Amino acid sequence: MEKNISFKLKIWRQRGPKEKGQFKVYEMKDIPTDTSFLEMLDILNEQLINAGEEPVVFDHDCREGICGMCSLYINGHPHGPATGATTCQLYMRRFKDGETITVEPWRSAGFPVIRDLMVDRRAYDKIMQAGGYVSINTGGVPDANAIPISKEKADLAMDAASCIGCGACVAACKNGSAMLFVSAKVSQLALLPQGQVEAARRAKAMLSKMDELGFGNCTNTRACEAECPKCISISNIARLNREFIAAKLSD
Amino acid sequence: MWLIDSSIGRKVVMSVTGAALILFLTFHMAMNCVALISGEAYNVICEFLGANWYALVGTAGLAVLMVLHFVFAFWLTIQNRKARGNVRYAVSERPKSVEWASQNMLVLGIIVFVGLLVHFANFWSKMQLQEIIHGTNFVAGQNGPTDGAFLIQYTFSQWYYVVVYTVWLAALWFHLSHGFWSMFQTVGWSGSKWQRRWQVIGNIYVTLVILGFLSVVYFYFFKSLC
Amino acid sequence: MATIDSKIPEGPLAEKWSNYKAHQKLVNPANKRKLDIIVVGSGLAGASAAATLGDLGFKVKCFCIQDSPRRAHSIAAQGGINAAKNYQNDGDSVYRLFYDTIKGGDYRSREANVYRLAEVSNNIIDQCVAQGVPFAREYGGTLANRSFGGAQVSRTFYARGQTGQQLLLGAYSALSYQVHQGNVELFTRCEMLDLVMIKDDEGKERARGIIYRDLVTGEIKRCSAHAVVIGTGGYGNTYFLSTNAMGSNGSAAMQCYRKGAWFANPAFAQIHPTCIPVHGDKQSKLTLMSESLRNDGRIWVPKKLEDAKKLQAGELNPNDIPDEDRDFYLERRYPAFGNLVPRDVASRAAKERCDKGYGVNNTGLAVFLDFKYAIQRLGKQAVADKYGNLFDMCEEITDVNPYENPMMIFPAIHYTMGGIWVDYELQTSIPGLFAIGECNFSDHGANRLGASALMQGLADGYFVLPYTIQNYLADQIQVPRFSTDLPEFDAAEKAVKEKIAKIMSINGKRSVDSIHKELGHIMWEYVGMGRTKESLETALKKLDEVEKTFWSDLRVPGDAQTLNVELEKALRLLDFIEIGKLMAYDGLNREESCGGHFREEHQTPEGEALRHDDKFSYVACWNYQGEGKAPELLKEPLNYEYIKVQTRNYKN
Repeated sequence: MEKNISFKLKIWRQRGPKEKGQFKVYEMKDIPTDTSFLEMLDILNEQLINAGEEPVVFDHDCREGICGMCSLYINGHPHGPATGATTCQLYMRRFKDGETITVEPWRSAGFPVIRDLMVDRRAYDKIMQAGGYVSINTGGVPDANAIPISKEKADLAMDAASCIGCGACVAACKNGSAMLFVSAKVSQLALLPQGQVEAARRAKAMLSKMDELGFGNCTNTRACEAECPKCISISNIARLNREFIAAKLSD
Repeated sequence: MWLIDSSIGRKVVMSVTGAALILFLTFHMAMNCVALISGEAYNVICEFLGANWYALVGTAGLAVLMVLHFVFAFWLTIQNRKARGNVRYAVSERPKSVEWASQNMLVLGIIVFVGLLVHFANFWSKMQLQEIIHGTNFVAGQNGPTDGAFLIQYTFSQWYYVVVYTVWLAALWFHLSHGFWSMFQTVGWSGSKWQRRWQVIGNIYVTLVILGFLSVVYFYFFKSLC
Repeated sequence: MATIDSKIPEGPLAEKWSNYKAHQKLVNPANKRKLDIIVVGSGLAGASAAATLGDLGFKVKCFCIQDSPRRAHSIAAQGGINAAKNYQNDGDSVYRLFYDTIKGGDYRSREANVYRLAEVSNNIIDQCVAQGVPFAREYGGTLANRSFGGAQVSRTFYARGQTGQQLLLGAYSALSYQVHQGNVELFTRCEMLDLVMIKDDEGKERARGIIYRDLVTGEIKRCSAHAVVIGTGGYGNTYFLSTNAMGSNGSAAMQCYRKGAWFANPAFAQIHPTCIPVHGDKQSKLTLMSESLRNDGRIWVPKKLEDAKKLQAGELNPNDIPDEDRDFYLERRYPAFGNLVPRDVASRAAKERCDKGYGVNNTGLAVFLDFKYAIQRLGKQAVADKYGNLFDMCEEITDVNPYENPMMIFPAIHYTMGGIWVDYELQTSIPGLFAIGECNFSDHGANRLGASALMQGLADGYFVLPYTIQNYLADQIQVPRFSTDLPEFDAAEKAVKEKIAKIMSINGKRSVDSIHKELGHIMWEYVGMGRTKESLETALKKLDEVEKTFWSDLRVPGDAQTLNVELEKALRLLDFIEIGKLMAYDGLNREESCGGHFREEHQTPEGEALRHDDKFSYVACWNYQGEGKAPELLKEPLNYEYIKVQTRNYKN
């Protein structure tokens, strides 16, 4: 039930990508536990603005766990300690009175810091542009029910498609690998007949773009899967591996 | 060449070389277990292998696999550290479902490699190497380069080697417990069900292999105490 | 007074769109390459338009304020998308979807536009399936449907509770394809700050570019094109607390309004009945619980006032109230549609109960949405399969387990039907400026039906604008690309920079959010679910005060020449204040109740909305008259040729 807690916030502050960052500690007093984590940061920012300081910059938008804009590495976990939830779905009742909460940006060479806790995730768009689509134009497509798709396949594709592109997988991975993200998209389209036509091309193009952008190699630690706010399974990575190897062997 | 210039390709190299090394270990363990039954029988196998051409080809092949596995491991690790960026997290917590071994494969691999050097000094340098160079640098009491049974008995009568080999094999167990299912995952022979199956199968398999090795070590150690 | 030509094509309703397409002007492929189009916004409408225009061969520049086009708030739509496929064989048709939409909109939308929307709805589903959108399927492999408010057929296609996400990702993938092809250039983290108009040879002003701010570097930049399309969504965040994303704003629309684009029906804002109630003053946003929950959940409050009092005091567990003491007020009042009445009706009914004192939480501003009956009927597992993720979300936010206790819900601002006025071609009153998606006013009248926003956004983007814009551009093929060094760009950039400098120099004491919250309270209190002449007049006065506070007491820390989130919010807030006033003006003018606009003076004895078709069957278009001046009202009459206008009835 509702109560108030006080705690220390240890937050990473960094002016720009090239500048050196450091932690700053802020005291937070009497925060209601039914406040969301981002609302708590709003309160902090309100305090900072009232004190004439610059507010902490962090990405956020929908605040209902779907846009993938929010990030934050909280107490050693991307999107904080809750499982299957984004930072914006995290509530202060998860934290204890008197504790120190450490908040860091995603740390990966693929996601350079823009300011404070905001990072540049455009690399994901570049990977998508390399092949994360079905190459069709608008119009001239068959009736939606023309190709029956088994419920099982459609559900699996939906599991993969629920990726919100937040970057938690890269943030969680000690190798800075984007395999979970890439595999989710490749899987979604490889599972559906519409996407199978160019599945081989897609797997090769997206993977090579991922490598080119400097993301690391997957070593199957499963940290991505454990931290993914949408619980995307690494079975998608196995599928990507399968698709990619098959594509290369048939070259 | 995709095995070199794509991330999945490089992992396939790790996977395939790893698989070959596991097969070798399985064979080696099976051979060792013969020493539990009879030292003489063990020596027959040593003689059969010795420095014959097929054994040499096999050894060379193994060496190549091993080198590839090492080189790629370092290469991947360097790339991965670079991909991680220069700043580390101040606080990092390992989620429950992440095995400790999976995040420490390189360290485990290095321990395994160091153990391997000890193992070479103990056995290979006194056996196949001597046969190749026609040398006679034997341990006192060793009856020629194919007298493996004696070397086993000799080495594991010394308690510190027992400790070293135990640590070594434990590291190997951790390394393989992750490596086993991981190699299937990497080549894509996995899925949400099979991932868990491979993990269970792998744990059983790897435990049996390591127990096989350990049984010889401790059998001879306790034998030396009696 | 300007005359309003909505350019509705001749011919019978069902043939208008075909006729239009058959006779409109087109641009040949060689010329398309020479024409630039700016698309501002990357939601369903913006992304689908940019992708389609790109694939037609135009050179497209697509702007969004987020770090990726995939983040636009269309992504948060949960329930589904309507289409008149009649796959369920339950009697659906294009005409029925058209009819339901007009009726749902309380007879305040254009027949021709809505019919076209219903017509292309089927193409949208085909297109999305071809893109790989994983819609829910039956075991036989065909597409599944669910039913939604305001309809008696199952025509809603869905992808779990994430339909908006999947459709947006589909449009985003199409956009990515076009970026790869080199037809679309993306400008992420860039915010439009003004529209640039240039006179053509005949002295006619046309939209020719935008001034925008690179949100990372703070630089003010220019971009020119032959036509500008805005698809920047609605203005629900005027209320501060809404179901919109934190960044959703009405600024692009207001910039166009100030340049002469009429703003139509601003008072029509939709209040969604199933949101999680407000819990405190630190709250930043309201979370929507999908309308699909109303398929199986039953909405109730206690019959006895004393039970409600005990609930409010926390002395009574809702499960201890027996069925006979529960008032399922929607089922009671609207037997035919029950819990599935349209959103405006459901919201007002909840307000009516809470106003009478039957609210069920500590603030008295909540009603129950109960799944006990669905669990009894279908079993817990079946309910979990259908709504599990929504239940989890609810529990995470409220700490109440919806499987065991009824959820609490309350209405909240969700969608704005009003927007930039557009004609049949989706062109605004400024030549060369087009508005699509929620940003325009066109299809939903005074109230939008569930699962129709996605339909409209994609219809505009994939299947309407790419045709109609060619009718405009066909005359522009001789016009060479514009330099951004033209004096019109200089002037616009100067004005923007001065405005920013002025804001930065206020140096007051209050944060943007604190003033925005004040604005939100005024809007909810006086321009909310029930409006009166007095309340709207009060609102106008109070909004002037808020504006004064803004200009005298705002503090924006930091520097304008770099990333500055507070400055971004301040610029948007200024526009929200102006939208608030527009809403109040429009609300005052519209002396009737219809859809999302409820004037308490105008209701039936049973408390239903009372329209005055004789006086208000028109689109209210507001024409900007300059700073500090009241806008001019223009009227586009609504003629119903094919539908008999009647009182909406969801009772029988």
